[in-house]
Amino acid sequence: MMQDDKVIVCEKLTKRFGDFVATNEITFDVHKGEIFGFLGANGAGKTTAMRMLCGLSAPSSGKAIIAGYDVYTQTEQIKRNIGYMSQKFSLYENLTVLENIEFFGGIYGLSDERIKSKTEELLQRLGLKSEANKLVGSLPLGWKQKLSFSVAVLHEPKIVFLDEPTGGVDPVTRRQFWDMIYEAAHSGITVFVTTHYMDEAEYCNRISIMVDGKMEVLDTPTNLKNSFHARSMDEVFYQLARGAKRGD
Amino acid sequence: MKQFLAFVRKEFYHVLRDRRTLLILFGMPIAQILIFGFALTNEVKDSEILVVDYAKDNASQELLTKIGSSRYFNIRQAALSHNEILGTFQKGKIKAVVVFPANFNEDLLHHNKAQIQIITDASDVNTANMVTNYLSSIIMDYQNQLNQNLEIPYRITPEVRMLYNPQLKGAHGFVPGVMALVLLLVSVMMTAISIVREKETGTMEILLVSPFKPVLVIFAKAFPYLALSLVNVTAILLLSVFVLDLPVKGSVALLFAESTLFIITCLALGIFISIKTSSQQIAMLISLMGMLLPTMMFSGFLFPIENMPVPLQVISNIVPSKWFYIIVKSIMIKGLGLAALWKETLILFGMTVFLLLVSLKSFKIRLQ
Repeated sequence: MMQDDKVIVCEKLTKRFGDFVATNEITFDVHKGEIFGFLGANGAGKTTAMRMLCGLSAPSSGKAIIAGYDVYTQTEQIKRNIGYMSQKFSLYENLTVLENIEFFGGIYGLSDERIKSKTEELLQRLGLKSEANKLVGSLPLGWKQKLSFSVAVLHEPKIVFLDEPTGGVDPVTRRQFWDMIYEAAHSGITVFVTTHYMDEAEYCNRISIMVDGKMEVLDTPTNLKNSFHARSMDEVFYQLARGAKRGD
Repeated sequence: MKQFLAFVRKEFYHVLRDRRTLLILFGMPIAQILIFGFALTNEVKDSEILVVDYAKDNASQELLTKIGSSRYFNIRQAALSHNEILGTFQKGKIKAVVVFPANFNEDLLHHNKAQIQIITDASDVNTANMVTNYLSSIIMDYQNQLNQNLEIPYRITPEVRMLYNPQLKGAHGFVPGVMALVLLLVSVMMTAISIVREKETGTMEILLVSPFKPVLVIFAKAFPYLALSLVNVTAILLLSVFVLDLPVKGSVALLFAESTLFIITCLALGIFISIKTSSQQIAMLISLMGMLLPTMMFSGFLFPIENMPVPLQVISNIVPSKWFYIIVKSIMIKGLGLAALWKETLILFGMTVFLLLVSLKSFKIRLQ
């Protein structure tokens, strides 16, 4: 692949909290339109790494370029070019569907016309037209998650970070959710996703697995299964995570 | 700016959709003002007066008839010792005790002057004042009546004792007090809760990942409460002027400026609490225990600070509402201007700046 195709470039990215090294010299690249799975047991350092990539926390050392911007000095531009959705549900329950879209469009500085056309398109695609004026709190969880994802990519970011986006969602909705992720990737948005569901890991183009702050492996699901002589990602993960010293 | 407006609009949706919040926001000040105001407008009519007549002479009888014939007082007579007199107030029915000294008439005839003691229950300052005023004017009336054909006038001096609250602290003080309380509740508690709620629901993360500046998040969250607090100040002032007939003697503009300063102090506190806590319940508890209680105790609104032990008096100085209370009382009741209040204003301003700096600093630390 070509050099300028990379939207995330990480070199020996490290974060220390005192003596504790939360993220230890991780090095990897993510390409445009790729679905990049970021796996690891709880406490392996995923969240810390993700916070650095989002420009929320400054690295202790190492290098990271996100969407062409430096995580040390250009967090402002990074934030403009990424979307984010967390495992905790991230829309406002006591605002209506429309108001949520308007709000998030607003804080990303989209113009009124753009918000309007985007809203139209989004409601159409999700089949939420008749629910537009309902409070988000009254929607079923599956719809909330899908809406949440759509809002995260509303401003057409280059990269969207999904932090365990499908926690607590039924298998059918999860499947539909992944359809949306594929669609987004297809349109050129890079998807950076953490998950604990190993079947979801198989949907990713490439997977990295963090163990005790280090990135132990990074490859396609098929290659990983082959090299670990495993039938499923579950086994791969288990073999790696079993050796972990850090827990919750 | 457009981003900021989108944010503020969202905050207003939150507030206006939450019925409980609305009730606290607007129900409370109205209820408090009316409750306190009802006590204030309580007319002195058919008040129970206890008369202790040690004299039992012509003059005392005449004066008593005069007092009894007014529609303000119901007279009961009793012979009590001094200590027993104090005890009669504790039941709360007796509004005042009038004591005629043993040789009332003789003093009047020979020395041309005599004394009457009026003891009132000043724990209800307004009633105490009114009762005293009515009684004094009846006594004056009687005195004038006696003096009509005399060359050397008689003088009857009512000697007034205000029980429980000799300095009459708290007269009309409740409006400034309620103002301090309401602003505190709205600005500290509501702001703290609304910011912590975003942390709890996980939306704070989304906001921090957005290009919207973190500091602006805080300001945008606080802004609606500034606006709502000012609405509350207006409501309280309107109620006190039109319902309670308590005019604002000083400058209304100054009053609003000082209120804004105090609101910002409270917002800064609310922000600080919200940064240090992670659940709505804790934020609420800290706001209530840490702010509301000291305000009730140390602002001088309910308890006169002068009567407190020295250590408590010292502590009272760090309670912002104390200074705000002094300022509002001075503007509303005494009609003082900034020239007389610059010291208090400066103290409040200093506190505001300090709190803002501290909360912004700890906010930055949290972001790391």
